[in-house]
Amino acid sequence: MDLCILLPPIPYICYTLLLSCEARALTPQTAETDAIRFLVGTQSLRYDNQIHIIDFDDENNIINKNVLLHQVGEIWHISTSPADKGILATCYNKTSDTKVMTCAAVWRMPKELESGSHESPDDSSSNTQTLELLCHLDNTAHGNMACVMWEPMGDGKKIISLADNNILLWDLQESSTKAVLSSSTALEGKGQLKFTSGRWSPHHNCTQIATANDTTVRGWDTRSMRQIYCIENAHGQLVRDLDFNPNKQYYLASCGDDCKVKFWDTRNVTEPVKTLEEHSHWVWNVRYNHSHDQLILTGSSDSRVILSNMVSISSEPFGHMVDDDELSDQEDQHQEDKIKEPLQDSVIATYEEHEDSVYAVEWSSADPWLFASLSYDGRLVINRVPRALKYHILL
Amino acid sequence: MAAVTTGSGAGSGAAGSPEATGGSTGGGGWRRPHGPLQRYYGPSTAEAAEAPPDPTDINGPHFDPEVFMNKVRSECPLGQLLAREAALGREIRALDSDMQTLLYENYNKFISATDTIRKMKVDFRHMEAEMDDLAANMAAISASSARVSAALQDRHRRGAQLAGVQALLRKLQALVEVPGRLRRWAGTEPARALRCHARARAVLRHYRHLPSFRAIEDESHAIMADLAQRLRTRLREETLDPKELIECVEMLLQLEEPAEELSEEFLSQAGARLEAELAALEAELPAADPSGTATTPPPPASDILDFVDRGSSAFVGTLCQLAGSYRALFGGDTGRLEPFAAALATRYFALLERRLALERGLGDTSLLVRALDRFHRRLRALLELLPAGADAAAALVARAARERVDRYLRALQTFFLGCLGDVRQALAAPRPPGKEGPGLPELLAQLAASVLGQLKAVLAYVQLFTARDIAFASLPYFKGEFCVTAVREGLVVAFVRWLCRTARGFVDGPAERGAPAAPPALLLLLARLCLDYENSTISYILTLTDEQFPPQDSGPAVTPGPALCAEARAAAQRLLDHYVQVQGAAVAQMLRKSVETRDWLGTVEPRNVRAVMKRVVEDITAIDVQVGQLFEEGVRRAQSSDSSRRAFSVYSSSRAPGRYAPSYTPSAPMDTHLLSNIQKLFSERIDIFSPVEFNKVSVLTGIIKISLKTLLECVRLRTLGRFGLQQVQVDGHYLQLYLWRFASDERVVQGLLDEVAASAAHRCLDPVPMEHSVVELICERG
Repeated sequence: MDLCILLPPIPYICYTLLLSCEARALTPQTAETDAIRFLVGTQSLRYDNQIHIIDFDDENNIINKNVLLHQVGEIWHISTSPADKGILATCYNKTSDTKVMTCAAVWRMPKELESGSHESPDDSSSNTQTLELLCHLDNTAHGNMACVMWEPMGDGKKIISLADNNILLWDLQESSTKAVLSSSTALEGKGQLKFTSGRWSPHHNCTQIATANDTTVRGWDTRSMRQIYCIENAHGQLVRDLDFNPNKQYYLASCGDDCKVKFWDTRNVTEPVKTLEEHSHWVWNVRYNHSHDQLILTGSSDSRVILSNMVSISSEPFGHMVDDDELSDQEDQHQEDKIKEPLQDSVIATYEEHEDSVYAVEWSSADPWLFASLSYDGRLVINRVPRALKYHILL
Repeated sequence: MAAVTTGSGAGSGAAGSPEATGGSTGGGGWRRPHGPLQRYYGPSTAEAAEAPPDPTDINGPHFDPEVFMNKVRSECPLGQLLAREAALGREIRALDSDMQTLLYENYNKFISATDTIRKMKVDFRHMEAEMDDLAANMAAISASSARVSAALQDRHRRGAQLAGVQALLRKLQALVEVPGRLRRWAGTEPARALRCHARARAVLRHYRHLPSFRAIEDESHAIMADLAQRLRTRLREETLDPKELIECVEMLLQLEEPAEELSEEFLSQAGARLEAELAALEAELPAADPSGTATTPPPPASDILDFVDRGSSAFVGTLCQLAGSYRALFGGDTGRLEPFAAALATRYFALLERRLALERGLGDTSLLVRALDRFHRRLRALLELLPAGADAAAALVARAARERVDRYLRALQTFFLGCLGDVRQALAAPRPPGKEGPGLPELLAQLAASVLGQLKAVLAYVQLFTARDIAFASLPYFKGEFCVTAVREGLVVAFVRWLCRTARGFVDGPAERGAPAAPPALLLLLARLCLDYENSTISYILTLTDEQFPPQDSGPAVTPGPALCAEARAAAQRLLDHYVQVQGAAVAQMLRKSVETRDWLGTVEPRNVRAVMKRVVEDITAIDVQVGQLFEEGVRRAQSSDSSRRAFSVYSSSRAPGRYAPSYTPSAPMDTHLLSNIQKLFSERIDIFSPVEFNKVSVLTGIIKISLKTLLECVRLRTLGRFGLQQVQVDGHYLQLYLWRFASDERVVQGLLDEVAASAAHRCLDPVPMEHSVVELICERG
């Protein structure tokens, strides 16, 4: 069932992994900060779906894979608890003959897989294990689940799910075995109101989320469940994804079907701060690097992954801002800074390893210089930020 | 006759012998009786030398009778001899009688002469006594005359003295009259008074030690001082016209008033005068509004030509006159004049500049040019006096010209926007069914022609500035910099650039953020316009400009045509890409909605092609027509023989079985999956939103790619039932049937539709495809 293809190393390391099925759900194991681990959910209508736990051994350049069965349906979205390595949530399709319903559930993976397996890869296929269902997020009254978001930096007790035009805030109780709907709100109005995606802001004490529906991006306060800002026509067409700048609290990135990635200051939403137009088809995913917010990762259905360096709107000091004292101390550094200076907003690299649409890109939660991208044909590619750039940012 | 008489008188004694010889020798030639005499008195040796002595000539001096006789005897016959002898005898007798007559006559004359002398001797004796009497009388007369003159001498002297005194007295009289005259004339004719005073002055000064003269001098001085005073007062009068002013100052100068002071006075007076002129000019301008709150000043009462005319004739004329007379009056020292004139000229320039600024509209350029020309011409006279003003004046004219060119650029832009507005209106105008509005080519031609026409008209207007008969056109600025910087760069290049920018603005600007986007047809039109500019119009315009405004070799650098063309091309590319995106998005939107809103699980068995697909084909056909109006067909990749009729089927695709395999061959899913992936490695990557070429096929291919890719992505997001899959199959086949002809490479269409089919099959719960024949049947029926 498993097949690994290691492509020959190119200046930046790239590993390609073919899953057996189509897949579009990818997440890093958020709570894990040491090992590089990604979770991939497959989409198959006719077979049991799986969650692949991909471990990447950075030192030895080896990929370990464990497979968990996810029998309830094909996985459209997957997210992991920021507090508990073993807990994850999926949005999956439950199909009957006449109806498709997207549900969400919280799961626990087997204990031994939580912190990675060190089994040899060859017998892992035979050794498929099953997820333990913790609780369903009951959406019978709310519609199809688009995504599940965990409270960032939280204790893993609060999640928000987007179901059609509803925002549902759940409390997980009794060690996550029970999900209680604590509050909810519905987007009213006319037009296309179905939420396509959302992000929970790590700022403001985790009281804000942003959602996307049709061409609009909206900000919500989770305490009052009220809209706090609204970016009408953020994109010419459907908005596909959002992400918050981890270091600058008012900055938000969005991407959509107009092939563009836009950066917004939520205090002034009339104009984007910056627009990137590098992809040649819909942009499905945009992700800020968790530590170095100038690094922007985007995945698109033109089968490309693009890593951009948006220095000008990052939290990093832009231009030459080193202290004079430091300079006099270290002439060498001064020299280096001078070389560093001309770095502008630019595309760092375009990764073309995928042959099909890329529906998910994610940074590793453990290594800020590493990211994974997943295309529809089930190919997972792990890449590193080019070394030169890495040193440039670090030094 | 007298000679003969004297000769005969003087040499009476010797007269006998010559007569005798003459008588003897001239016997043969008596017909010339004076001949021998002549020979005697003036022997002509020359004559004698001429003819050799002929001893046979009986009349010649060298006659030798022997020789003669011998000769006659030997030569002549007897008859002849006899005749000769007789003739000679006759001659001798005639000569003899002649001689006797002559002798007699001479004798008589001699006797009468002797008588006369005798009488004279007696008369002289009487005369001597009378002469003595006369001498005595004369002495008496002279003595009495001396007495008389001695008596009269004293009287004569006194008379002369009296005449001198009278002349002196007359002069004195004139001097005494001087003050009176001065007084009389000082009021009415100061010039005459001055002349009078000038004449009298030297004398008065000479005799000033005499009290009476001094009195006169003092009086005349007082009068002149008074006159000076009066003149000075007059000088200060406001109403003095320049001529009077000059006269006035001239007189004052003659009065030996200090020149320094006078020149100052003159300048200030002239200044006042010129100020008044300037004020009159200024009065025509609306009040300056430093706060800038005035909305729009009312249009000036008179046109610019009139203004400049008045300004030149009044102000510049006066200034020239005054400056000229200043020079005449105060010599070459212009140290004071120059700053004075410069200050005034500067003010005049400022006024003119303000007036020019009022020329808001485009008005009549020829009027402006003529006004500026007149200004420049009239100023030339002044500039001779004031060389420093030349630059300022030239700069003023240049600024005005530049300003006008800028205004033309704005007008052109406005015009272009207006044209665009018209085009938009024409595009948006609801058309009565069955009646076609103006086609895109007509609109484009109309737009291009009117813009080009306007540009040409503007160039023609601007060319007025460099016309041959315009004085300032010969300034180096108008020859070089104006042509290049102002017209070529500032007008033509700027306009083309602006046009490209504006065109691009339709792409970059309002297309986002909800503002009304430009209609696609307009984008297409502009793309074609920019392309036309790149291809021909720019070079044409630049050639035209260079012809009308020949650039100098050493002039500032110009934007090369190719750079402009590149800009236009980039704009055209951008517009066309955007057109593709907009049209593609429109079709894609339709497809997306149709996929998203349909219940693919519960759908019934397909009997028809869905209406939306028909709509898509219709739209794309319409787009094809639209693009075809403006762009060439383009090149299609050679078609494989089977492809046009190739069936659309999930099976026919080489890729589809791989995707599809799991349902049939569950034992080997991986291999087929891998196969499909490996296959992809070798197939060309299709960029969906990629730049297109400037032809119809490429544009249509771009739109179809966008549409089909959208269909693919949307299908992937759905879960289909068996009939859903079959519906996709039917739709896909339908699209395949109708879309391949639009694309440059039908394999692209085929490939994308294959992928749609494969994805649909994959997303299908019960993947049982429809019989191909049925699919074909449905499509043909639909």
